Amino acid sequence: MRLEVDITGKTFRSAAGGTHEVLAPVKFALQSGEVGVLIGPSGCGKSTMLRIILGLDHDFAGHIARPPEARIGMVFQEPRLLPWRSVEQNVRLAAPDVADAKLAELFRILELEAHRDHYPGELSLGLARRVALARAFAVEPDILVLDEPLASLDDALAGRLRDEIATLVASRPVMTLLVTHSLDDAVRLGDRLFFLSPRPARIEAEVPIGIPRDARGEAEIAAIKAGLAQRTQGDRTERDVS
Amino acid sequence: MLRLLSFALFLAIWWIAALLVGGAKLPSPPAVLQVMIAEGSTGALFLHLGATLARVALAFTLAMSLGSAIGYLMGRVKLADRLGDPWLILLLNLPALVVIVLAYIWAGLTEAAAIAAIAINKLPTAIVTLREGTRALDRSLDEMASVFAMPRWRAFRHVVLPQLAPYIAASARSGLSLVWKIVLVAELLGRPNGVGFEIGVAFQLFDTPRLLAYSLTFAAVVLVIETLLVQPFEARANRWRPRAA
Repeated sequence: MRLEVDITGKTFRSAAGGTHEVLAPVKFALQSGEVGVLIGPSGCGKSTMLRIILGLDHDFAGHIARPPEARIGMVFQEPRLLPWRSVEQNVRLAAPDVADAKLAELFRILELEAHRDHYPGELSLGLARRVALARAFAVEPDILVLDEPLASLDDALAGRLRDEIATLVASRPVMTLLVTHSLDDAVRLGDRLFFLSPRPARIEAEVPIGIPRDARGEAEIAAIKAGLAQRTQGDRTERDVS
Repeated sequence: MLRLLSFALFLAIWWIAALLVGGAKLPSPPAVLQVMIAEGSTGALFLHLGATLARVALAFTLAMSLGSAIGYLMGRVKLADRLGDPWLILLLNLPALVVIVLAYIWAGLTEAAAIAAIAINKLPTAIVTLREGTRALDRSLDEMASVFAMPRWRAFRHVVLPQLAPYIAASARSGLSLVWKIVLVAELLGRPNGVGFEIGVAFQLFDTPRLLAYSLTFAAVVLVIETLLVQPFEARANRWRPRAA
């Protein structure tokens, strides 16, 4: 299974009547089992790109090749839970075929067991995020899309959730697309990093990470980050010269 | 408890007023109760009440289901909204009396004409309320349902309907009170039975006790339906909201 993204452009007409270019030509592909990370400054058009890839926005130039039978699991920036359904119902409505044992396992990993019957309005943002994660994993997705799933969480919780995401991604073959502005998350979770420019977004650099995710210790992660810093620095000097 | 007290106060004021203005204009509570019992024992009270309730039920169901469907469509589809809007404004501002009289002229003094006329009076407000509700639907949840490939019916039932429930409840409540009022006019003008017909007779005979007996029984039934049906539905629809302090 393979996801091919070939967007040649996307403009948006503002209420004032002007047209704004949101996306420059963007082209990349993802294989099953890979974690691709889109990193870019906020407001650069990452969410627009995701909406196009997910088929929510058809008003763009280009082509998305996504296996039509592929199941999608998505964690939106805001949890987007149904406030009038309990935590368990929220998950089951998105994943009606999920086995009881699988659901129990997910709730155990994400520490949601005590909250099964709570309504989303009774949860903290961190908990709601975890429910959104549980929902995305319960559908056993072929394509997993995570839009800033760790934003505005404290470091400790973000770290734990990140480990949980890594565990869950490793547990089954799934292609994952992670959107983040945190280099740390990107380096810890990603197989290939796509650095995006400010608006209109285009891919400035594509960086594969050779070391398998579970073999990355703190030392390796620091080394990769240092390498990336050097690289962006190098890019900048190159541009300065030219 | 407080409700009972409030009801007792109402009875007391009525009684005192009756003593002040005299029984011909305002009969005392026992006098009205006597008429109620007399009418009840012959069965006439229940017959008329039943006829009115049946009309209310039919017209209300018709207007609510049709109005909700049209309102939802107009909220979702821009073209439908554009096409329907002038009709809606016309219907909203058409006096109830005009609709009823025209219905009787065109369709004769029939049951169908009466029910249609009542339903048409309620229809536009149901449409407007549901259209507003549909416009206020949360797009981000629609997107969620679409990304997770929820089948249409499941998405409608679990994503859309709970958002519309407060609007449906509001429309039902205001609609019911509208229908209660209009059904009596329709009966007064063109039906041979029902509470409205009885009130018409009582008016012609200046029979105040009879007039009050029928209208108060009717009001009591409305109150019971409101407490036993409409309020529990509203409470259920809002169950998930965190309790207000």
